[in-house]
Amino acid sequence: MDIIRVEGVAKSYGQHQVHKNLTLAIKKGECFTLLGPSGCGKTVLLRLLAGFESPDAGKIYIDDTLVSDVAHRLEIPPENRGLGIVFQDYAVWPHMTVFENVAYPLKIAKRPKEEMREQVMKMIDIVGMHGLDKRLPSELSGGQQQRVALARALVGNPSLMLLDEPLSNLDANLREEMRFEIKELQRKLDITVLYVTHDQEIGLAISDRVAVMNETGEIQQIGTPWEIFEQPVNPFVFHFMGIANSIEVRRENGAYLVGKGQQPVPWKSPEGDTAHWIAGFRPSDVQIARDGEGLRGIVRRANFLGAMMDYLIEIDGAHLRTSIETHRALSENLMFKAGDICTIRFLNLLWFEADKVKEAAQP
Amino acid sequence: MSSIKTKSSFGVAQVILFLSIAILVIVVAFPVLLILFNAFWVNDEFNFAGALEIIKEPQTFQALKNSLIIATGTTIGSTIVGTFFAWLVTRTDLPHKTFMKSMFLVPFMLPSFIGALAWKMLLSPNAGFINQFFIQHLGFTGPIFNIYSYIGISTVEVMYLFPFVFIQVCGALERMDPTLEESARISGAGLFTITRKITIPLVMPSILSGALLIMLYSMAHFGTVAVLGIENGIYNIPTLIYERIHQSGGSFDAIRTGTVLATVLVISAAIIIYAQRKILGSGHYQIIGGKSFRPMELKLRGLRMPLMIFCLAYIAFTIVLPTVVIFLVGSLKTYGLAFTFDNLSLDNYKFILFDYKVTRDAIFNSVTLGFTAAIITMFAGVMISYVIVKMKVRGKGILEFLGMLPFSVPGSVIALGVILAWSGQFGINLYNTVWIILVAYIARYMAFSLKANSAALEQVHDSLVEASRACGATMWQSLRDIVLPLVRPGMLAAFFLIFLPSLRELTVSIMLYAPTTRTIGVAIYTLNEDGETVISAALAGIALIIIILGQSVINHFTKKAGV
Repeated sequence: MDIIRVEGVAKSYGQHQVHKNLTLAIKKGECFTLLGPSGCGKTVLLRLLAGFESPDAGKIYIDDTLVSDVAHRLEIPPENRGLGIVFQDYAVWPHMTVFENVAYPLKIAKRPKEEMREQVMKMIDIVGMHGLDKRLPSELSGGQQQRVALARALVGNPSLMLLDEPLSNLDANLREEMRFEIKELQRKLDITVLYVTHDQEIGLAISDRVAVMNETGEIQQIGTPWEIFEQPVNPFVFHFMGIANSIEVRRENGAYLVGKGQQPVPWKSPEGDTAHWIAGFRPSDVQIARDGEGLRGIVRRANFLGAMMDYLIEIDGAHLRTSIETHRALSENLMFKAGDICTIRFLNLLWFEADKVKEAAQP
Repeated sequence: MSSIKTKSSFGVAQVILFLSIAILVIVVAFPVLLILFNAFWVNDEFNFAGALEIIKEPQTFQALKNSLIIATGTTIGSTIVGTFFAWLVTRTDLPHKTFMKSMFLVPFMLPSFIGALAWKMLLSPNAGFINQFFIQHLGFTGPIFNIYSYIGISTVEVMYLFPFVFIQVCGALERMDPTLEESARISGAGLFTITRKITIPLVMPSILSGALLIMLYSMAHFGTVAVLGIENGIYNIPTLIYERIHQSGGSFDAIRTGTVLATVLVISAAIIIYAQRKILGSGHYQIIGGKSFRPMELKLRGLRMPLMIFCLAYIAFTIVLPTVVIFLVGSLKTYGLAFTFDNLSLDNYKFILFDYKVTRDAIFNSVTLGFTAAIITMFAGVMISYVIVKMKVRGKGILEFLGMLPFSVPGSVIALGVILAWSGQFGINLYNTVWIILVAYIARYMAFSLKANSAALEQVHDSLVEASRACGATMWQSLRDIVLPLVRPGMLAAFFLIFLPSLRELTVSIMLYAPTTRTIGVAIYTLNEDGETVISAALAGIALIIIILGQSVINHFTKKAGV
């Protein structure tokens, strides 16, 4: 069953068209991530769902109830949509204590005092803020404030929670910790989560399904994190999933030759007649060796980065970077100097037509 | 909570927007429009030539010239004084800088017309204490300085207005990145070159913007010119408007002259404000960031002590001396007696506080008027600022334009507009009642309230309200529970920013008072005109005490709220 249905929604600000004809469905109980570069309109979509903005066209259903319908001038205000929302800047009210913040939704709903107290304390415990209920937000760290925001969004027992880049203001360690907690909470409370972010790592880590949006607000691909990562359907997703490493390959007389030289690619070839190709790969899929099977290249630059050795390698005019753990390089005789000859092998290559990749790189 | 209710609240935004526009239109825009209308619309037709005729009349033309002369002198003087002191307290090793800085801000809260009264007592050509001292004891044959002159008026205005430049330049100098100067120094430039080529160009926008504020203020300034100019026939625009309306009891000719002069004031104010925005908006200003730096300090060496003595002397002469004179004269039994212990007593103060009906009424009127105006303006201001800063509704553009109006309409213009609007032509006659002064105060101080409240509202991030909406609160509930508690410091600041100045208000109330509706300012001014110098001085002394007490309360609150 779908908890959110967006049908043909359009939204523009003045001349700037953010969404043209957006259609999207999110299943009940899943953790769904909307992934896209900044400025692509993912936050706008979230605000449309929450009711902070009204669409110019289209319909939005939440829990099978029509909440926005431009054709019939229907617009349910945010307070009646029954959602939990967590904002990027936490939006914890600075003049209320942790308890008052978390209790506010219940106070508005006029729940009995006793029940309210019990539920708030329970929720404060669940988000790991036990004993901090009397603190003011100014006495809390960023991570703690984010937990308060989470508790406040969850205390009313919503069936759907919207999160707008809630972790981007936290430092790296805390971010990692919090993202697992969010996932854990989602499972424990059995709610649907719509998570909006530009950070593909978080998106992949916590989601059941991911939708990737491009700069103009069009959804490029929807699938499980694994599908998105392993089988990007087009150059945009390819780029966006952080596979920046690539080499140029040209097709000549049925052979696929690297760069400007004559070495054929010895692995799986692409399908299609295009002359120019880009072979994409992840740094972890590159193997460097002194000799053996593979493409012959020259080490152009060798950087010692402490635990890692970083190499810039040229194969007949095509450049790529790879790194290898220093201790492995030492033990396996893989410490190269600039100018050394090496052999490169790829464990996995993704093929894209060069023209389309260039298009995607220059929006 | 988890179920979705399908009822919608409609029209709240429109109601607030409509109310806000209505308040600004009724209180500010309508009176100003009436002034323009009366200036150019005679006998049912547009008459621009007639307005020009009025400007060309010798007396009106002279008043325009006087306003310009006095404003120019005041602006140049204040800019030099303000910039120099700002540089001294931020960029040199002058001793006791913090004390000096706070002292240079004192004139801000002192009413300039009370200062003018003090200087009249000190330097009027025949009776002034200083002039008399020189004539009697040092063998001078005439007064050493005549305060009833362009230079006298401008000098007194400089004493009370230079803080406008001082504050702006201090702020700019404090926030300027010292590496800009240090890199010039490393490049081999001397301090003089650095000051000329780097520092001054960087703070120029602040200097100009402060200077323009002073120009605007001085053009439309009533008090000082009324006290020091009228005796010698020097009128500026506001004093001439007052004189005409006052003498003729509101005849058509007087009103028409008034509206034409007021139009000139409105136009010059609009030009000045436009220029100021241009200067502050230009790219030059961005080098000065929001951060505070520890600026490079110039060692004054041999000049350190002389400059400190100069500053102390300036403070003593322009701040302490007039204040002391006011209190001393206020304690005299009769004006003209020598300041000996026998001649001084607190009887005058007792008299005006407890026995004299005129002054007791004036104090009561000012306090109640100020309080009511401050409360109303504070709430209206928070609502209007909320629409301007936070709401996304159609028609907001009109409100943004109307919201600019209070900043550019001088007090005497407001008073005249209020007379035109509320003297019965439109069904409501408030003339000669205390209500007309209240309406005028609200219009006059709306700008302060809008400024303080929008600053506070800008600190309240949109997501705080959206979070409460998402928690199930309606717009009204979010306003009550989230927005109002968070802007309370701004509202409090607005209250005091209105309440205190209204206690000493003169420009507006002098045009609108009736025998029973005198304010403190009016009472001080009229008592002095009637020759009741000691009573007037005693009342001025009381006003100063109230103002200083109030200011300390503000400082206390704003420091606590961190505004």
